[in-house]
Amino acid sequence: MTATTPVLSAVDVTKHFTVRSAVGARSVVRAVEGASLDLHRGRVVALVGESGSGKTTLARVLAGFYAPTSGEVALEGVPVRQRRGRVERGYHKDVQIVFQDPFGSLNPLHRVRHNLERPLRLHHGVRGRAELDRRVRELLERVALTPAEQYADKFPHELSGGQRQRVVIARALAVEPKVLLGDEPVSMLDVSIRLEMLNLLDRLRAEDGLALLYITHDIAGARYLCDEVVVMYAGEMVEGGPKEQVIADPLHPYTRLLVDSSPDPGRGARDRERLFDADADGLGEPPSLIDPPSGCRFHPRCPFAMDVCRTQAPPRTDLADGRWTRCWLHHPTQETE
Amino acid sequence: MSTQTAHDTRPAARAASGDVLHVTGLTVEYGTDGDPVRACTDVTFTLRRGEILGVAGESGSGKSTLITALTRLQRPPAATTAGSIVFHPRDGGPAVDLVTASPRTLRALRWTSLSIVLQSAMDALNPVMRLGAQFADVLRTHDRTLDRKAAWARAAELLTTVGISGDRVRSYPHELSGGMRQRAGIALALACGPELVVMDEPTTAVDVVMQRQILAQVLRLRRTLGFAVVFVTHDLSLLLELADRIAIMYAGRIVELGTAQELYDAPRHPYTRGLRDSFPPLRAPLWRLTGIPGTPPDLRRPPSGCPFHPRCPQRFAGCDTHLPVLGEAGGAHLVACRLDDGDAAATGTERTTDGGDR
Repeated sequence: MTATTPVLSAVDVTKHFTVRSAVGARSVVRAVEGASLDLHRGRVVALVGESGSGKTTLARVLAGFYAPTSGEVALEGVPVRQRRGRVERGYHKDVQIVFQDPFGSLNPLHRVRHNLERPLRLHHGVRGRAELDRRVRELLERVALTPAEQYADKFPHELSGGQRQRVVIARALAVEPKVLLGDEPVSMLDVSIRLEMLNLLDRLRAEDGLALLYITHDIAGARYLCDEVVVMYAGEMVEGGPKEQVIADPLHPYTRLLVDSSPDPGRGARDRERLFDADADGLGEPPSLIDPPSGCRFHPRCPFAMDVCRTQAPPRTDLADGRWTRCWLHHPTQETE
Repeated sequence: MSTQTAHDTRPAARAASGDVLHVTGLTVEYGTDGDPVRACTDVTFTLRRGEILGVAGESGSGKSTLITALTRLQRPPAATTAGSIVFHPRDGGPAVDLVTASPRTLRALRWTSLSIVLQSAMDALNPVMRLGAQFADVLRTHDRTLDRKAAWARAAELLTTVGISGDRVRSYPHELSGGMRQRAGIALALACGPELVVMDEPTTAVDVVMQRQILAQVLRLRRTLGFAVVFVTHDLSLLLELADRIAIMYAGRIVELGTAQELYDAPRHPYTRGLRDSFPPLRAPLWRLTGIPGTPPDLRRPPSGCPFHPRCPQRFAGCDTHLPVLGEAGGAHLVACRLDDGDAAATGTERTTDGGDR
């Protein structure tokens, strides 16, 4: 980690949800447990994992939509205060989130112009027509929707998915945030358009020094955009570090499973044979978060599971090259045995 | 990956050599009130017995339209206006043109010869019936001699082949995870031993680990049962690992058709190359990728000439007026691009290098 203060950080954040079944029984979903994350200016952290691993819940905690059950979120070192489960509006001026579905995140009754003007009015108090027009044009040009005049007066339904997602990003940028949280911002777009979006995010990081959290299940895409990768499994962070090390040489067995399972046309024929011929039925599925496995949550699926994995949750082990993992295989006590 | 060599090892493929499906000039239009939209235009391909043919394309490229046309599940306003889909049964029976076949003939073919796996298994399975009942329904419709108990036993057996414990026949779909539901959908599609299974993005809704499990199972079952697969997806990187041959669709047309290896190593159509280079590599060194600028065309107002020319980095004079057809160019690797015509390539001085060549 760099010595500078992270723009946004999660410190040991835990989020539990209480659910009631039809017969009135209460149970607790342990969506995120003990997650810590630092976002730095001009850097991109990718958060990868399967669905149900708690990625989105963590993003929503960071965005201030949920109050953490325990732990805290700190903006530039200052703990964020929540009042009745809500953060102050000022918080959203610094932290913005972009959702996966560009079809559901724009008000369909209003033109693009209105969707972009609202944050300008609310957060910056821009009032004058000429000034609003200028700012809207500027925003549209920054996300490469040109000519801007043509797009400003369109309704969301007149735009393609990629164009809509650009409007959503432009709306987030209108606030001039320090942090942009992207919850699978490109996964609903066509592949040929995804890269343009990734390149756009990369440019915003470089030009504006935005701190970016990029949530995805696409490891190759994460590798393309980010600096650092954090892997989540069943609500816990299991591995993190510089992207090349984590993806090329995963420490945690789950990360390895994830990387091996990702499509990779460049994979050698023999590796592919092995992956497809392996007893794929035995790979299992993520556990229920209402009653997660004891010890390491991955142990029922782990090919290397030991006795200690079943009973004790592995602590974090830091390695010299900036990587860390929560796995007994890499814990110092194992090395000596 | 199992490539063409796998043909030799499959008994079913050897016994009845040749092709299972001939699609010729298939054209599907939406809307009949004077101004129809052509979602599939002049689609021609051959599916070999036991082969996995991948169909890749972006949204609006006509993949889903092609699927509903192939399986004759299309509903108005879609209509097949030209072409034929000739199905050759494994037992050497007379070939059937699915486009003109009567509902009665189609009904006899469904499940036993031709089946489909849909993208969302939650929608494909009946939520108020136990899995076993749904399997028994299909099995007993096509084999009247099968009693209820035997059908349920067969259902349990089928579930086991896709890695679901047999006692799950008593489960309702909502009691299964998404991945299990999708696998149950595949088992159901294979229940009556079809020769052709059409798969419409069967792994889009599941996670990568489950995706790999499902694909491994499909490959394994294909090896033992010898069915052919038309696998439709937007994820070319997946097809490159899975399919024997791949058809790339753009604006309702097949623009390139070749083996997975050919399409990965030496794509001939600029769109294919753009699509291939839109997937960042998992391990290879990274460089800046650009994707494909622009957006797919509006099929209500298709561009003149080659439908890809407005986005093509290598277009040259004439691309906007002349429509290239999927032609023969070096073996079985077909491409619809004027760059590939000998004379056009000679005059193609305006070719730009887009860095896609490796």
